[in-house]
Amino acid sequence: MSDPIVENKPVLYSYWRSSCSWRVRIALNLKEIPYDIKAVSLIKGGGEQHCNEYREVNPMEQVPSLCIDGHTLIESLNIMHYLEETRPQRPLMPQDCFKRAKVREICEMIASGIQPLQNLIVLIYVGEEKKKEWSQHWITRGFRAIEKLLSTTAGKYCVGDEITLADCCLVPQVFNARRFHVDLRPFPIILRIDRELENHPAFRAAHPSSQPDCPPEVAK
Amino acid sequence: MGKQPVLYSYWRSSCSWRVRIALNLKEIPYDIKAVSLIKGGGEQHCNEYREVNPMEQVPSLCIDGHTLIESLNIMHYLEETRPQRPLMPQDCFKRAKVREICEMIASGIQPLQNLIVLIYVGEEKKKEWSQHWITRGFRAIEKLLSTTAGKYCVGDEITLADCCLVPQVFNARRFHVDLRPFPIILRIDRELENHPAFRAAHPSSQPDCPPEVAK
Repeated sequence: MSDPIVENKPVLYSYWRSSCSWRVRIALNLKEIPYDIKAVSLIKGGGEQHCNEYREVNPMEQVPSLCIDGHTLIESLNIMHYLEETRPQRPLMPQDCFKRAKVREICEMIASGIQPLQNLIVLIYVGEEKKKEWSQHWITRGFRAIEKLLSTTAGKYCVGDEITLADCCLVPQVFNARRFHVDLRPFPIILRIDRELENHPAFRAAHPSSQPDCPPEVAK
Repeated sequence: MGKQPVLYSYWRSSCSWRVRIALNLKEIPYDIKAVSLIKGGGEQHCNEYREVNPMEQVPSLCIDGHTLIESLNIMHYLEETRPQRPLMPQDCFKRAKVREICEMIASGIQPLQNLIVLIYVGEEKKKEWSQHWITRGFRAIEKLLSTTAGKYCVGDEITLADCCLVPQVFNARRFHVDLRPFPIILRIDRELENHPAFRAAHPSSQPDCPPEVAK
């Protein structure tokens, strides 16, 4: 693999409260990759992600997108794996093939099993009346399975005692669970890991309240 | 490594199908344990299977003394442990394009037309709901393919992206999605229709395919 061409700083199209953007922000911070943020409001004017200009960046009309090494990448798990492959320092994946599989399982359970079902565009379609119950249902279902998996994989963090991509995915999903008032008491391992990472500098810097587009009334 | 890998699979599950294709392409022999998603409210919810897969979904793969879940994870595990007949390019950026297409399907489309979601959406609305999310996803994938596709999704070699695309096209047809706006998707699907690995993985070739459907 040739060295990536580092011209300009990577640019992350991000929304402050987007859990998918947050995952990538955490990974970039953990790997100490400096980046600029271009904020994309998912709310203003019906959502800036739908405008012609952004559609050229990301045809799924979603955040995040990452401009890096002269390319534009979409899909948060893809972006994180690209960072792992091209910037192997401060690895966020274990060496062992089976442990790597466990990390990917947790990532996919969140990225395909939970988040898409409580994504903004789906909630708009589900409707104001039903969206809370809908979100709670899918998050609870997914967390139930993840808690069970973590009972066999977790050490200090999701998989063993090193931070991995699984932790990058879990923390933003816990935030979303709280937003929708999901009862988290049945998930002690998830809660413990979330608490453990709450004050980690990379996670704090990636937190929605630390983002340049976080509304002033929310930012701490 | 002891016995042959065992794949828990449902004949018409697109996620199971992805893994069946990958196993076939990499010439990894395997046994199938059929899990009916319909019988008795769905065998995936029974206590025994819940021990195999806490998400109560198919596929699951028992291999190398372990049980793996989540189709994309399984396929990447196969790539890492059985590098012969690779299904990922060497180049980091092309690998990223393969993963993009896989994720657009595996998180952007399929979860929204998964059986368990359709049950929740309800009989009346499920067709329109499925068509909406498949069309939205295919619109984006078609655009991406216009920059990445050669003979297949990414260049001229079959990759994991093709393993994900073909089953999703089948699902699109099941829900009567108008596929005419997606000529590249259709071309690739047609190209792979008669590939032996894809044919052997097709729902109609599965041991649990109902006799009236099997060709």
